[in-house]
Amino acid sequence: MIEFKNVSKSFGSTVALNDISLVFPRGKIIGLFGPNGAGKSTSIKLIMGLNRPDRGEVRVDGESPKNKKQDMAYLPEIDHLYPWMNIAQAADFTRTFYADWDEAKYQELIKFLNLQEDMKIARISKGQRAKTKLLLTVSRRAPYLLMDEPLSGIDILTREEIINTLIRDYREGEQTIIISTHEIAEVESLVDEVIFLDRGKVKLSGNAEDLRVERNMSLVELMKEAFRNAD
Amino acid sequence: MEFNTSQPIYKQIIDDFKKKLIRGELEEGDKMPSQREYAEQVRVNPNTVQRAYREMESMNMVETLRGQGTFVSISADRLEEIKMEMAVNLVDYFISEMESLGYSREDMFKILEQELTRKEGGCR
Repeated sequence: MIEFKNVSKSFGSTVALNDISLVFPRGKIIGLFGPNGAGKSTSIKLIMGLNRPDRGEVRVDGESPKNKKQDMAYLPEIDHLYPWMNIAQAADFTRTFYADWDEAKYQELIKFLNLQEDMKIARISKGQRAKTKLLLTVSRRAPYLLMDEPLSGIDILTREEIINTLIRDYREGEQTIIISTHEIAEVESLVDEVIFLDRGKVKLSGNAEDLRVERNMSLVELMKEAFRNAD
Repeated sequence: MEFNTSQPIYKQIIDDFKKKLIRGELEEGDKMPSQREYAEQVRVNPNTVQRAYREMESMNMVETLRGQGTFVSISADRLEEIKMEMAVNLVDYFISEMESLGYSREDMFKILEQELTRKEGGCR
């Protein structure tokens, strides 16, 4: 379980998170939604221990995030792969850092995603790079999988492949997946829990199916409504 | 299977299985797809499928045998009940929509009669 207690974070004069309290339950697939600048990436970076809150506290299974780095697989929004490497080298690089690397899973996924080990990062398409990032992240058997905008700027077929991969590999109960995205429609049937962020505040959160029962609305519609009533 | 995302997905999964039972595509003793297979096939969260399967067990539609999987386990009476339930839901929906358009009981019967006859005619 990941917990945010009255967390605030600013970058200069920009307030990224404004006194938010949140719980990311264990064993669930959680959608972190909101427009650009809502605080999604900042939240993920705080969980990863890449940033520290100005005020408040972030806890991962009751501990400080910096002690839990081995439990986290992180897919950053930016292109973090070295362009001069090929996929095999990028995998080697990841493999040396993490004891939970699952070679069998990696071999299976590389086929499933139609990638080849000798493909050079600098020469592959944006969709293939997105798939490579996914490959390297989910080939680890980490209890927490954090993905920052894994679908943005990617064609619809590749998006489907990414979502299929997540469903195929998801280990119920033991794995917690947090996906930040503004492509809500794509992940409607994928997420258990949702958190809508807006300008550093939690706008709405809850179980996706319960929200549908209560409001008779899809997550996309809920998001639109939440932001229509803003200000 | 396409989901209506403004309705709970686990309920739509249950309805899908109910229809398969009513149509006889699934019968007593048949093995259900594993939750994982089904989740991959319809592309939904495995936790949602688990919720649907659990619910179907408590509705006396299926039974899970340890280590063997989930099987259709439904009495003829229960199946009849489910079929009736689905029919009543559809008719209720029809009535309330027709009422909202201002149709009277007599007009509803008339239009039903007329459309059924037309359909039969069209099939010939």
